[in-house]
Amino acid sequence: MNEKENKGGNNDEPNKKFSIWDLPDVPMGQLPPHLQLQKTRVVCKADAPIHTDNISYSGAYASIGVDNSVHLDLFRDNFKVNVIRLTKEDMEFDMIGIDPALANAFRRILISEVPTMAIEKVLIAYNTSVVQDEVLAHRLGLVPLKADPRLFEYLSANDTPNEKNTIVFKLHATCKRGERRTVYSEELKWLPKGSELIKEAGQADSKPTTYTSFTCSQDMLPEFSEDPISPSEDKIILAKLGSKQEIELEAHAVKGLGKTHAKWSPVATAWYRMLPEVLLLEDVEDEVAEELVRRCPDKVFDIEDIGHGKKRATVARPRDCRLCRECVRGEGWEERVELRRVKDHFIFTVESTGVLPPEVLFTEAVKILEEKCERVISELS
Amino acid sequence: MCVAGNRREMEHGSLNDPSKATFSFVDEDHTLANSVRFCLNQDPRVSVCGYSIPHPSDARVNIRIQTTGEPAREVLKDGCQNLMLMCQHVRGTLDKAVTDFRMNNPTKMETKSDSEMET
Repeated sequence: MNEKENKGGNNDEPNKKFSIWDLPDVPMGQLPPHLQLQKTRVVCKADAPIHTDNISYSGAYASIGVDNSVHLDLFRDNFKVNVIRLTKEDMEFDMIGIDPALANAFRRILISEVPTMAIEKVLIAYNTSVVQDEVLAHRLGLVPLKADPRLFEYLSANDTPNEKNTIVFKLHATCKRGERRTVYSEELKWLPKGSELIKEAGQADSKPTTYTSFTCSQDMLPEFSEDPISPSEDKIILAKLGSKQEIELEAHAVKGLGKTHAKWSPVATAWYRMLPEVLLLEDVEDEVAEELVRRCPDKVFDIEDIGHGKKRATVARPRDCRLCRECVRGEGWEERVELRRVKDHFIFTVESTGVLPPEVLFTEAVKILEEKCERVISELS
Repeated sequence: MCVAGNRREMEHGSLNDPSKATFSFVDEDHTLANSVRFCLNQDPRVSVCGYSIPHPSDARVNIRIQTTGEPAREVLKDGCQNLMLMCQHVRGTLDKAVTDFRMNNPTKMETKSDSEMET
């Protein structure tokens, strides 16, 4: 317990020692309310937010005797997850009791460090369409493939492409005379036995080799026998063909990270926002209440009748607030409405491209952060 | 990914005093550094903790730790260990929340059950 010397205030007895904790209404070991607000809420004023930094230092409030360190047990007790929406393609969930450093780490890993399979090498045998070779190869690379990357290994520069690190697709599209047609991603055919294009052999009598050396067919594996590898969307337009134009190519897909090229990113995107909190600082009545409800484009406020023909505004859906700040713009509105964000409550949205279901993607991202820590620990030991 | 053989991390500045050191990690960025810095700040043994990225083109992160007496290396290891335990807890809680959600909303789900079993 610290004691404060009240030098300035008390003129009668300048040396009297005065302890703040002796006052009957100050709770022991807790922060005063204004510091609690600064620590747990971002206040979004009309021009800029305040209290945006996170006071995570364990000795931040040492001078008033409050311990700011968080032990693991405290984290475990306070941490909660609520799933709001979960479909095959996207997921929205709330994480409560976590710090922005960790939430941002998960978001960054989801976007750039969760591995996926994507087409990297395209061997073009014949292309008479208007889409140039490199443009077509670029488009093929961006097609998301429904193949579990955990079943494959990375292919480095001096490895041979085999069934453990490569997926081979074939595309052969022609257009009849006098017609036009569109080539969709459903025409990418998976070749489980590997490449079918023959390499030009150096000597005439050696066995013809292809561009990959598969020792066994990929559809022997149980994961692929019922669920063949294919692009995750069927109707992605790859090219358009005119009369008598033809495309014949073979595409090899390998494992990679979003860091290297965005085609390997498993999420369309992943983002989070903090839980909004909207407070009415004073009673907003009658016409002012109507105007408030009119101003908000997200319908955060509602009107309720309090009898005698008077109306009052209430906060009905604070979660929908997108911080357009219309309710605090203008003369006098900042005294009526306060916009806040809760610093440790994150609304996470993950949109998957179809490679893996979104909850599996998030779990993989958390695992990758754990692996990074393990690597650091093993380096330090 | 990992460079075989080379030590990726170096400890500087702790020749005379093991409680103050700067750790330099190669191939790391804000993702790990900010999370480790957060975990370390919460440890009561740490008096100063921060990280910096000397140049954005160089994938290198310097984490500075000054403790109240314990060797900085041990405190960093404990911080990373705490971070790992936190991640495991996050994973477990999320899996449970997803399972609860699926149990309460069975009609909307069409995913195969085996994709959920792989963890």
